[in-house]
Amino acid sequence: MLFAVLSGFLIAAIAPWLHRLSGRHSGWLLALLPGALFVYFLGFIPEVSDGSAVRLVYPWVPGLDIQLSFLVDGLSLLFALLISGIGFFIVAYAGRYLEKHRDLGRFYVLILSFMASMLGLVLADNLIALFVFWELTSITSYLLIGYNHEDKSARQSALQGLFVTVGGGLALLTGFIMLAIVGGSYELSEILASDGLQEHAWYLPMLLLILAGAFTKSAQVPFHFWLPNAMAAPTPVSAYLHSATMVKAGVYLLARLNPGLGGTETWLLILSLFGGLTMLTGVFLSARSTGVKKVLAYSTVMALGTLVMLIGVGTETAIIAAVTFLLAHSLYKGALFLIAGILDHEAGCKDFLQTGGLRRALPVTTFFAAIAALSLGGVLPLFGFIAKELMLEAVLEAPRVAGILTAFAVLTAILGVLVAAIVGIKPWFGPRVETPKTPHEAPPAMLAGPAVLASLGLIFGLAPWLAEGGILAAAATVVYGAPLTPKLALWHGINAPLMISIAGLVLGLLLYTQWARFRAAFTWLDPLARQIGPERQYERIMAAMVASADWQTRVLQNGYLRYYLLVILITTLLMVGITAQIYDISIGELSFSGVQLQEWAILGIMLAAAFVAVTFRSRLGAVASLGAVGFAVALIYVLFSAADVGITQVLVETLTVLLLVLVLFRLPGFLNLSSRLVRIRDAIVALSVGGMMTLLMLSTTHTRLYDSISSYFVQESVPLGYGRNIVNVILVDFRALDTLGEIFVLALAAVGVYAMIKLRAEDSRK
Amino acid sequence: METLMAFAVGGLYAAAIYMMLRRSIVKLVIGLVLLSNAANLLIFTAAGMDRGLPPLIPEGMLVPDGPVADPLAQALILTAIVIGFGVLAFAVVLIHRAYEVVRADDMDQMKDTDT
Repeated sequence: MLFAVLSGFLIAAIAPWLHRLSGRHSGWLLALLPGALFVYFLGFIPEVSDGSAVRLVYPWVPGLDIQLSFLVDGLSLLFALLISGIGFFIVAYAGRYLEKHRDLGRFYVLILSFMASMLGLVLADNLIALFVFWELTSITSYLLIGYNHEDKSARQSALQGLFVTVGGGLALLTGFIMLAIVGGSYELSEILASDGLQEHAWYLPMLLLILAGAFTKSAQVPFHFWLPNAMAAPTPVSAYLHSATMVKAGVYLLARLNPGLGGTETWLLILSLFGGLTMLTGVFLSARSTGVKKVLAYSTVMALGTLVMLIGVGTETAIIAAVTFLLAHSLYKGALFLIAGILDHEAGCKDFLQTGGLRRALPVTTFFAAIAALSLGGVLPLFGFIAKELMLEAVLEAPRVAGILTAFAVLTAILGVLVAAIVGIKPWFGPRVETPKTPHEAPPAMLAGPAVLASLGLIFGLAPWLAEGGILAAAATVVYGAPLTPKLALWHGINAPLMISIAGLVLGLLLYTQWARFRAAFTWLDPLARQIGPERQYERIMAAMVASADWQTRVLQNGYLRYYLLVILITTLLMVGITAQIYDISIGELSFSGVQLQEWAILGIMLAAAFVAVTFRSRLGAVASLGAVGFAVALIYVLFSAADVGITQVLVETLTVLLLVLVLFRLPGFLNLSSRLVRIRDAIVALSVGGMMTLLMLSTTHTRLYDSISSYFVQESVPLGYGRNIVNVILVDFRALDTLGEIFVLALAAVGVYAMIKLRAEDSRK
Repeated sequence: METLMAFAVGGLYAAAIYMMLRRSIVKLVIGLVLLSNAANLLIFTAAGMDRGLPPLIPEGMLVPDGPVADPLAQALILTAIVIGFGVLAFAVVLIHRAYEVVRADDMDQMKDTDT
């Protein structure tokens, strides 16, 4: 299993070479991987079809109790089969579709990595693993949308998709962590089996965070805008990521969590209303668009909304409808997107208005497009019909807000037929419209996908037990949380859903005849959408983010060292002050007993010299006072048992003073550069920091949390280091590496000094 | 003694920081020297201050005769002093070089990366 999931990444790593080796047929060659995975996953069907699950665990980060665990049950298997099965056709298709693109090798890398991430996402049982795969799909999706990276709009769309989905992902991570804390485990199977998730005080925030992740990923209103923009990607990508697989990750997550989090009033209302609204918005925008991929993209938004709505309704019928619709949609939408690619590739059409009467030039494509479109429209006897009937039935019986949802569903049914007609009739029938390219039939590699996917829609429609017994029953059982035995059938007798379907069909076809007027009737919405639509809000947020970053940079990164220092110092002061307040830090008793006279004198001289160094107007005076400070410090070292340190300090201080005198002699005298007010401000900050250091020292001098490690050096100096001066033994023996580092620093400084003096000499020679 | 040292070190820190907040680079360097002195004294004080107990081992013995001052802190300070001098030497030459280009001892004149 681990290998099955990761094989995509492995093959992706060598895909460019395989592509170069195999040349024209690289698509078929690389399609073998998803094909093999599909067969591998098919083998799980007998094991899970009775509703049981296979769980495989691999240690990942044992120290943190994170494991790479996979769960194969009806739901994850349904997704895995869709991902690998459609993936097979996509890769084969892309091999031909992008044949002339110079970056085809890169495409394979990305699409195979994406496939592996997606498989990991649906199969993962560990929340952290699921999240990692979730983000991996966002990143691969970003790279695939921006595949034509020289195109500015593609780059922008890619970034938009990334921001929206990763922003949601951030919320999702928080939600996951809360879920794991509440559920007491990071394993989904254990969390969902635990009780009390819905009664927990964190239920609402946790649910909202997870929904933010799922809704952004699955393009629910008001985040639906990124999906149509993502169509900047090459068509196989749109077909695969943005209709059949990735955007369904949010739906998958909701379905997966339904047994644990679902069933509450909040869940029902949020999911069904947002889902219903998304469904209607999607189909409405779809019917108003004319771009081939735009129509399909918005109809995908509709499908995603339908799925979310059905999971929200959550009745038996609704869950059965959801898994049925999921399968039906993946089949027909995959086929239609690939056909959209054929239209673009073989006839040069990117807009439905450019097309018409192509059935003679593309007879095979026309045939499969018609079948897929019938499934999209929910027409007898296709699988889409069964899904739509179930959906309508579930909505009519919804436990809450049934009226609103029914209204949404009826409108969607009508407009759905209109969209199906646009896709299934407009390009192929009617008068012949001149296309940018002379149209001709697509090669087999590009026809295989639409043909098989569309035909499956027909086969499952005629023989629904094929899909139902194998996988749909098991998937529905997982989502529902209790055994479900759907009885899918084409004919349910004459009932309310059928009447709605027939009415929808008639009205939808009528609307199709008036399509141009329908579009014209709603043009007044466009300026409104541009003004206040969600995409506009997204742009506003992005602009605000840039503006605040700009402001922050100007304030904090202003290029003046002293302001940086001020910010750092004042922050430190505040934080130390707050900490001292919280922990009630005391400084103990001030005692100057035992201080000898000469020590008072030395420290007094030191402070006086420091004061002079700060205030003296003459450079030489300042440097001399600085020397006095240094020598006073040296005296303290000597007085308090640190003779070596004292000697070093004397030597270094002498050198420092000499160096400063030599160099400063060449510099101008001190100028009065700051105003009085600034000097007072700086003095206050400086005194506060000095006071803080004093207080810190006073409060810590008598605290010793741990024993000093010095006793080791004292004990072992002679036995191990053969030296009687312990400080020297430490420097050259116990901590010799430190000293080596110190020598390096000094050597580097010397090289730097030498280089700068050299540089100056050469400059002056010019 | 530690109490008195706390005040002395605090005074050195205050002087150092005041100098580092000035516009003149020379003053900045003086501030740095003061700061490293203050930090060294801070470490020295934190290790405990003992009079007349140098960390030496008399001839013919394996361990010192009685308690000694903390040798580790002294070793650390020794390293710090020497490195501090290395940095100072580099900084001083750098200032001199910068002055030759900018012709001013004012950091506000050095905002351009090309100079």
